[in-house]
Amino acid sequence: MVSAVIFLPLLAAVLLLFMAKEEEELARRFALGVALVTFVISLGLLVNFDSSKADFQFVERVPWIADFGIHYYVGVDGISLFLVLLTTFLVPIVLLASWDVHSRVKEYLFFFLMLETGMLGALVALDLFLFYVFWEVMLIPMYFLIGVWGGARRIYAAIKFLLYTMVGSLLMLVAILYLAYLHNAQYGAVTFDLLQLYNLKIPEQTQLWLFAAFALSFAIKVPLFPFHTWLPDAHVEAPTGGSVILAGVLLKMGTYGFLRFALPLFPDAAHAAVPTIMALSVIGIIYGALVAMVQPDLKKLVAYSSVSHLGFVMLGMFAFNMQGIAGSVYQMLNHGISTGALFLLVGVVYERRHTRLISDYGGLWKQMPVYASVFLVTMLSSIGLPGLNGFVGEFLIMLGAFKANVWAGAFAVSGVVLGAVYMLWMYQRVIFGELKHEENKKLTDLSPREIAIFTPLLALMLLMGLYPQPFLTRMEKSIEATLARVERKTAVVQVEPVEPPPVQVVAER
Amino acid sequence: MIKLPPVNWLSLLPAIIPAFTGILVLCWDLGMKNEERHRLAWLGILGLAITAVVSFCLLGRNEPAFNGSYTLDSYAMFFNLIFCLAGILTFLMSIQYLHTSDIHAGEYYALILFAIVGMVVMAAATDLVNIFLGLETMSIAVYVLAGIWRQRLQSNEAALKYFLLGAFASGFLLYGIALLYGATGSIQLGKIAMHVNEHGASTILLIGVAMLIVGFGFKVAAAPFHVWTPDVYEGAPTTITAFMAVGVKAAAFAAFARVFLHTLGGIHGQWEGILWVLAVLTMTVGNITALVQNNVKRMLAYSSIAHAGYLLVAMVAGKELGGAALMYYLVAYGLMNLGAFGVIIAVGRRGEPNEEFADFAGLGFRYPLLALAMTVFMLSLTGIPPLVGFVGKFYIFSAAVKAGYLWLAVIGVLNSVISAYYYIRVIVSMYMHEGDKVPEKLSARPALAVAILIAAVGTIWLGVFPSASMALSRLSFLALG
Repeated sequence: MVSAVIFLPLLAAVLLLFMAKEEEELARRFALGVALVTFVISLGLLVNFDSSKADFQFVERVPWIADFGIHYYVGVDGISLFLVLLTTFLVPIVLLASWDVHSRVKEYLFFFLMLETGMLGALVALDLFLFYVFWEVMLIPMYFLIGVWGGARRIYAAIKFLLYTMVGSLLMLVAILYLAYLHNAQYGAVTFDLLQLYNLKIPEQTQLWLFAAFALSFAIKVPLFPFHTWLPDAHVEAPTGGSVILAGVLLKMGTYGFLRFALPLFPDAAHAAVPTIMALSVIGIIYGALVAMVQPDLKKLVAYSSVSHLGFVMLGMFAFNMQGIAGSVYQMLNHGISTGALFLLVGVVYERRHTRLISDYGGLWKQMPVYASVFLVTMLSSIGLPGLNGFVGEFLIMLGAFKANVWAGAFAVSGVVLGAVYMLWMYQRVIFGELKHEENKKLTDLSPREIAIFTPLLALMLLMGLYPQPFLTRMEKSIEATLARVERKTAVVQVEPVEPPPVQVVAER
Repeated sequence: MIKLPPVNWLSLLPAIIPAFTGILVLCWDLGMKNEERHRLAWLGILGLAITAVVSFCLLGRNEPAFNGSYTLDSYAMFFNLIFCLAGILTFLMSIQYLHTSDIHAGEYYALILFAIVGMVVMAAATDLVNIFLGLETMSIAVYVLAGIWRQRLQSNEAALKYFLLGAFASGFLLYGIALLYGATGSIQLGKIAMHVNEHGASTILLIGVAMLIVGFGFKVAAAPFHVWTPDVYEGAPTTITAFMAVGVKAAAFAAFARVFLHTLGGIHGQWEGILWVLAVLTMTVGNITALVQNNVKRMLAYSSIAHAGYLLVAMVAGKELGGAALMYYLVAYGLMNLGAFGVIIAVGRRGEPNEEFADFAGLGFRYPLLALAMTVFMLSLTGIPPLVGFVGKFYIFSAAVKAGYLWLAVIGVLNSVISAYYYIRVIVSMYMHEGDKVPEKLSARPALAVAILIAAVGTIWLGVFPSASMALSRLSFLALG
């Protein structure tokens, strides 16, 4: 079933190539239909998921490259399950939102479906080689989406995005190879099987290097301060759909990578990196918020808010406790939904007015009451108002962060306050006040298609805000297992030295 | 009557068939009109196809000849397949290309076949003089081919440059051979290997080895012996450039790897340092100079230097994995590079070579299939999965990591990032700029279309399902014993 979810979009993408160029409407419907079917199949994963198990479920394992012990090996656990669903949920929404893309429609859809396959594959791959393949496959369609359908500086942004990501990922490739041969040295067989590689005993010094290689790749993707500079460019230049997927899913690949690969594979190094990563996360939270505050450009504001929000995700994860990681995973989903919705909202007015400057708007509530309400809810969800999804995630992260490190928690809280400031201020300038600009008097409110786009997003914000339990229960076992891997291995290496166990070290700092 | 010594004709078959085909081509050419010459290409393709089939069928055998100075083993056979692939694709691309560039010379096809004879000899030679013989047979044919576009000044310049520098390189190689003979008392690789394993390396031997590195380094276009490459590649007819970049390089590496990984494998520690430096230099120089090119053909010339650097990484890594990776990468490189040159030819018109980056502008949406093929080749050359170029690099870097050359692997992947920039530039031109160049219709050039198609399908297929070809390259390398 997992393979069907991964490869259905790719199959559809290939079929699209054979469609006539003029059949734009048909191509759109076909792509949307396929994306919806993919979503429905992935719901099957949710229904059949057994939340009492920590193991990977729906596992498929087929030999692929015999000489290197590489398998096509995929499976889903409580962490990847929801990210898969987030992906399959966002893609149809984005395709629906892209109805007003009129140039080179067929190719646009082709790249989106290919991108979906890449993202899903990377989320469910349990073989490091396979993961790497999907990780790179993800890159190319996004590059094209920015470079062909983007704004004025699209080529610059696309190449920057590509090169940044490639530097990170290629170094990770070397680290992956090293791991495979380390396994060969310790167990007598080359393997890229993640679950077997978890058992490696790696000297701490080596761990640090390998962790650095993985972490660089993921930190660029997250993006963690100071590796974030590609993000504003990519976001601003990308077409609306591209921005939504970039913020909604691609950035999560970085945080997911930390949780799935970097932490459990190199627990000692991860513990050693806690102060650094926490500091960078907190800097990212505050810096992102401050920079977002002064942006004159709506899209850039949302882009920098991503830097700030992802800082929270990283902070919660590196708290290394149940609440922190659960909050971190929950926040990944929240950010995907809320920020995705924010980009869509920016796209709605951009489509009508062709400007993203905050100063060009103001007083929109008179012209577009429905838009204003949708914007309000989304904005509040992004701030983390209780009752909406953002609150649950941020609360858990704060809880975890304070448990791990009071100072980090304290600084991060200021980020929440700043978050409220830039969002509310932006909302005030765009929606409230008088309608100053003549052009804005002609603005029309949300069309039925646009309402159809935002309804499921708003519903999820409410559901995840009011009733988080079903989500958290399904994640729990897998997070426990991950946490155990991060802690257990440390205990093994800690046999001889007399230092205090790292768990306490974290607490003291 | 003089009695002939017994000759193992079977082992000579892969060399005899293309040689015979070449002679046939020359004879048939005598009474031919210009418009009919394309038939010669089909004859050549037939000959090469037979050679390939014969080589494939003989895989797994070990047929020595001439008292052990020539051995048709799986290693040689594997390379024969690469040469035949390069030859066949070159022929397919040549049919229309010769017509539009007004090269009406039947000997063009014959010379390619004779060059392939030289390559086959190089890959199967198990003594140093035979290697030299093969090398010269190949080189002389290619010198002429580089200059066969007589009306074009650059083509003449290319031939002359290649010839002069090539003659020097041959001198170095021959000197190295002489020193090796002096140090070990034999020119047979097996005996040299025995001597080296028993007595280690003397100073004279090491000087000889250094000379060999210069000689081979020139032929594979490794820095700092690469300076001829861009001018020759740019000046030669594009089909010949493709043939040189793939065929000549593969042949040179065939002999290079046989001598170094097998014969001199015992003193790996003595030469790996030099090759390490050469590999880093070659990758870096190739990639950085490729960055600033505005001509796609010239860019590919520099990039081919960079690829020689990756191949040298495999040489440094050595052992079973490095050797197999080298062979696999040559197949990968052959497919994607020939494909890329094929697209360049396809974009050109009579009197308009259309080789600048700007000439590719806007092709993406006006000629979707051609641009898609080029995209596949460029991404594969960059090393993006799941294409064959990625698998090749993965193979090479895993060999390097396994053998403990971690830094070499890191330098290698960073070089891949540099290369991404200029390969992607082609894609940027095709899809993100507007242009109005109108290439000749591909439907009017079916042979070229077939060549591009074969390369594209191969690039994707071997990337997604690399298992079988990987096993083949590993087994073929192991056949060296």
